Amino acid sequence: MEPLPRDSTLAPAKNFCPAHTLRRAPGGGNCPAMTRLTHLQRLEAESIHIIREVVAEAQRPVMLYSVGKDSAVMLHLAKKAFYPAPPPFPLLHVDTTWKFRDMYALRDKAARDAGMELLVHHNPEAQERGINPFDHGPLHTDMWKTEGLKQALDKYSFDAAFGGARRDEEKSRAKERIFSFRTASHGWDPKNQRPELWNLYNARKSRGESIRVFPISNWTELDIWQYIMAENIEIVPLYLAQMRPTVERDGMLLMVDDDRFPLAPGEEPVMRSIRFRTLGCYPLTGAVESTAANLAEVVQEMLLTTTSERQGRAIDKDEGGAGMEKKKQEGYF
Amino acid sequence: MADHAVNDAGAEPVYKTDALIAEDINAYLEMHQNKELLRFITCGSVDDGKSTLIGRLLYDSKMIFEDQLAALEADSKRVGTQGGEIDFALLVDGLAAEREQGITIDVAYRFFATEKRKFIVADTPGHEQYTRNMVTGASTADLAVILIDARKGVLTQTRRHSFLAHLIGIRHIVLAVNKMDLVGYDQAVFDRIVADYSTFATSIGITAFTAIPISGFKGDNITLAPSASTPWYSGPSLIEHLEAVQIESAAAQERPFRMPVQWVNRPNLDFRGFAGLISAGSVKPGDAIRVASSGRTSTIRSIVTMDGQLDEAVAGQSVTLTLDDEIDCSRGDVIAIADAPPESADQFEATIVWMSDEALTPGRGYWLKLATQTVTATVAAPKYEIDVNTMEHLATKCLSLNAIGVAEVTTDRAITFEPYADSRELGGFILIDKITNATVAAGMIHFSLRRAQNIHWQALEISRAQHAAMKGQQPAVLWFTGLSGSGKSTIANMVEKKLHANGRHTFLLDGDNIRHALNKDLGFTDADRIENIRRVGEVAKLMTDAGLIVLTAFISPFRAERELVRSMMPEGEFLEIHIDTPLSVAEERDVKGLYKKARSGELKNFTGIDSPYEAPDAPEIRIDTTQTTPEEAAELIVNRLLGAWAPDL
Repeated sequence: MEPLPRDSTLAPAKNFCPAHTLRRAPGGGNCPAMTRLTHLQRLEAESIHIIREVVAEAQRPVMLYSVGKDSAVMLHLAKKAFYPAPPPFPLLHVDTTWKFRDMYALRDKAARDAGMELLVHHNPEAQERGINPFDHGPLHTDMWKTEGLKQALDKYSFDAAFGGARRDEEKSRAKERIFSFRTASHGWDPKNQRPELWNLYNARKSRGESIRVFPISNWTELDIWQYIMAENIEIVPLYLAQMRPTVERDGMLLMVDDDRFPLAPGEEPVMRSIRFRTLGCYPLTGAVESTAANLAEVVQEMLLTTTSERQGRAIDKDEGGAGMEKKKQEGYF
Repeated sequence: MADHAVNDAGAEPVYKTDALIAEDINAYLEMHQNKELLRFITCGSVDDGKSTLIGRLLYDSKMIFEDQLAALEADSKRVGTQGGEIDFALLVDGLAAEREQGITIDVAYRFFATEKRKFIVADTPGHEQYTRNMVTGASTADLAVILIDARKGVLTQTRRHSFLAHLIGIRHIVLAVNKMDLVGYDQAVFDRIVADYSTFATSIGITAFTAIPISGFKGDNITLAPSASTPWYSGPSLIEHLEAVQIESAAAQERPFRMPVQWVNRPNLDFRGFAGLISAGSVKPGDAIRVASSGRTSTIRSIVTMDGQLDEAVAGQSVTLTLDDEIDCSRGDVIAIADAPPESADQFEATIVWMSDEALTPGRGYWLKLATQTVTATVAAPKYEIDVNTMEHLATKCLSLNAIGVAEVTTDRAITFEPYADSRELGGFILIDKITNATVAAGMIHFSLRRAQNIHWQALEISRAQHAAMKGQQPAVLWFTGLSGSGKSTIANMVEKKLHANGRHTFLLDGDNIRHALNKDLGFTDADRIENIRRVGEVAKLMTDAGLIVLTAFISPFRAERELVRSMMPEGEFLEIHIDTPLSVAEERDVKGLYKKARSGELKNFTGIDSPYEAPDAPEIRIDTTQTTPEEAAELIVNRLLGAWAPDL
């Protein structure tokens, strides 16, 4: 057989659009006759499709709502998926009592605006024992978040829970399915994940088992910001820089959000212009010094920065690089 | 190596936009907002430099941050395979088991962007035992980058990866001949590899591909082409090519309109919207449409979104459609352009990729999900299996993990479909195990089989409800299951007598009797047992359609077949009754002398001896015959049946 020429186009590709060949833009662009979908439109459509599949196939879905920017985008997509009806499931906030005050304010408002029921769960044992991030270290996250989440899902018998995790955040998340199957004890088995082909999602499970679903798996941090800007989605003001009272702890800049913050004798919070890249419990979330007071400036700083957004989060660094994978196996989102 | 990856490309990357970000962020955002999305897959092993290439794409487009790089450096020293230098494989291999073993097990999704496009890379393992993972990653890809080590040329794995990429319908194949720096950028080496590959590509039906000589390590022809070292190369760089190829969803716009209905949105009596992701074509208000399964037609009234009504929507968009008429349409239906709707059928030839440790059981019922339709399907014994290394057709009776074969698939009702070659959305399906709920296979429809197209359901004038009403009873199947000699027939007989005395219209299907007549062509292999139960299920269903209470007494050893029959019946009409007798007790009774024969080897495939019995997990009724007499058992069953459904009697 005759070898092919080096650029080796044997024939026009099968799906090449002959009718539009002559009208193709220089440089191989698409036919002008066609509607060109942007990557944000494609991501939005994919996420809406995922959310609808869950509602169609699960018995009792719920959306985990953490009040952060990713949750804000996920909630917005859910509203779009079912418009003009409100999303047919409740929002669940697994609270630690240690979130920023601005987060509690937006949480209640966002649920009201969406016309959705808001469920708030506090782990009663953690509450009773007074578990807090200052005195209890990793136990704080384990009990309030991991155990609290499992309790809440069991309490309401939810069989599918939406979460706002993205694959670009962390390396074990890069490997997780969009529909992530959990055993009756909420465990994740990374080596035994269901194959996920095309846009066909398998939501079947036995009684007691559940599925965590990540509709914004394929979004990046930049996509999230751009979408928030394009769609004018309300976010917690802490993402924008402002003068706030801060102290330094172990190289992290923490905000003194209320009087539960234990100050050293003689220590005074310092006012600094700061903002947050992610939001969690205020004593565990490091701020960055910044003057970015609007979204465009935030994106600008993000693109020019040299550290990832999870850098300010303590959870990823345990267990020799496998911290998140291990936590997920135990039932963490 | 980190330094190499950043600096010595020799060419200025075309996607360094730092200056624009710093100077005019709004202009940058405007540009980024209008990017398209391309999904591609990279095939090859670590040896081919795949991870280095991906690491480089991420690094050059600023997708690796300093803290991640620091973690990567620490990991590389600890478990890396590059002698302490940065091991990009550790960046893409995210699971602990993968980092420990130095292999890629599962698909990882990575993201980067250039000035023109955003990319989602599915990084898939190259080993043969991970064929299913590669197929998974390829299923959503517009393009495949097949990596070849220039020193080694076209290898078995190159052929396997190319075959799989082509099988899954990827139309854009890039042959990236990597490590050109290690062969002195020799054009002759490149030309020879391309010639070898094109011979092979043509033989498996690949009609076009693009070959690019690269060095992932040195950066040649990654962002700009030709690099100084390959003046003889006249094609695009890898990035230029990725920025230019046509995206699948754009191609889908050229086909006739289809939208599988996901969800019927009914917030109030005045609004009835059909929500779905448009899989092909475009739609405008006023367009004539047809619901493919029923053939009913209507007109698009509006395209509803939260951002207002649209004048037009195209393939790749999630929308809600309202229609001018109140026609029957629900989840699973496909709304299509009226004059070119897709076909419906219940028998197909398909390529099947088996993805489960438990092999295919021909004749067993699986859930089949295609677009938004879920039905019960059975797969016949495969016509052949394809050797993924040589593409030879091999004779086979079943498909095991990672096997790819061609087989006939039959569904319990007609589904709307298109050949996979025309539509991934309406031609690709998954099979789900009914017991474990695992996704066990992926399938691609070739065409429907003629028999199915010519048999149409006869619409019946007298409904099953009318039949039942005339008899004044609720039809039901009492399905007795248990070991041979457990007492199924004895108890079933007593139950029937009691029901008969109570004025009920009943019929008892007994295992032995059926095997003497309807099923006399069947033996006792697993496949024959499955077919035996399927036929009994169909007969029982016809009898309940006629209004009868049907009792069946069969060992029916497999859970999956009992569940298959259950799924054929309306909710609540199937009562599984487990006659639970321990093997030792049944064997001691041995009323027909069969256990003795089985033990002596005279009788093969005997349940409980050399063939398994899968006890029901949650039967409606369980009878422990060591505690309950047959008379008590019959009383209990009759009370359950009549008590549950006829409290007034």
